[in-house]
Amino acid sequence: MIGLSHYLALGAVLFAISVFGIFLNRKNVIVLLMAIELMLLAVNINFVAFSHFLGDAAGQVFVFFILTVAAAESAIGLAILVALFRSMRTINVDDLDQLKG
Amino acid sequence: MDFTSLVFYLFSAILVVAGLRVVTARNPVHSALALVLAFFTGACLWMLLEAEFLAITLVLVYVGAVMVLFLFVVMMLDINIEEMRRGFWDYLPLAALVAVLMAIEMITVLAGERFGLAPPSPKPADYSNTRELGLLIYTDYVYAFELAAVILLVAIVAAIALTLRRRPGRKSVDPAEQVKVRRADRVRLVSLKPQKAEAREEEA
Repeated sequence: MIGLSHYLALGAVLFAISVFGIFLNRKNVIVLLMAIELMLLAVNINFVAFSHFLGDAAGQVFVFFILTVAAAESAIGLAILVALFRSMRTINVDDLDQLKG
Repeated sequence: MDFTSLVFYLFSAILVVAGLRVVTARNPVHSALALVLAFFTGACLWMLLEAEFLAITLVLVYVGAVMVLFLFVVMMLDINIEEMRRGFWDYLPLAALVAVLMAIEMITVLAGERFGLAPPSPKPADYSNTRELGLLIYTDYVYAFELAAVILLVAIVAAIALTLRRRPGRKSVDPAEQVKVRRADRVRLVSLKPQKAEAREEEA
């Protein structure tokens, strides 16, 4: 029988995969954004699983708000990416050193 | 193994493979399509958890809107993949170590039957997940809901403001300039003598 722990383990594995992807794709901003989306999905799976097993719909309301904020985040992130590409002709993180940090 | 377990393991396997494809695919378009598959499989898992409204929302909002936006941007930008892929696997040992350790730690802490929560009994046939969520959102969480609406509005304004560009030399009409025009700016009255008649007199 599938219990809460199965879903939590799945969420943990998915989260670890996204961290792995952030390490590997450190040059490519667009895949970095996708890895962040995957991370949010992992967190949302945990929320929904807890909501189901506790019998409390508040967890699902939180997932609803996370989805809203994540959609806003990716829209603004992609807009920044387009503006960046327009001015620099690249999205390689190595080339983005204008701030001289 | 009952049917639910079978479905769970199948969808989990698809989700993990799709997640790995997202982060390792060579072409960003393949990454985006793998992410679509991951979201869709996630939605199916949420169906299994009786969160029907969120499952449909995930497909509509994420697969239908956000991922299409991602695909648009990926295809619009002219990315040099070879340049991006140079040294891609350099951090593989470190990344794999961190990821595996993180997964093991989280599974140790979270999984195992530590929460002692038994699976709840199935909901009755006339149970509406959408209705229950709607009751919560429009009563207890109404301020948060309105804030979410404001956040979406800010996102729209920000995305447009960031990507809007003014091109020089475009031929659009500025109504303010049109309204401000006075007769003196456009019309110049010149008093001219009738010249043609004089010329005729000279000929004669």
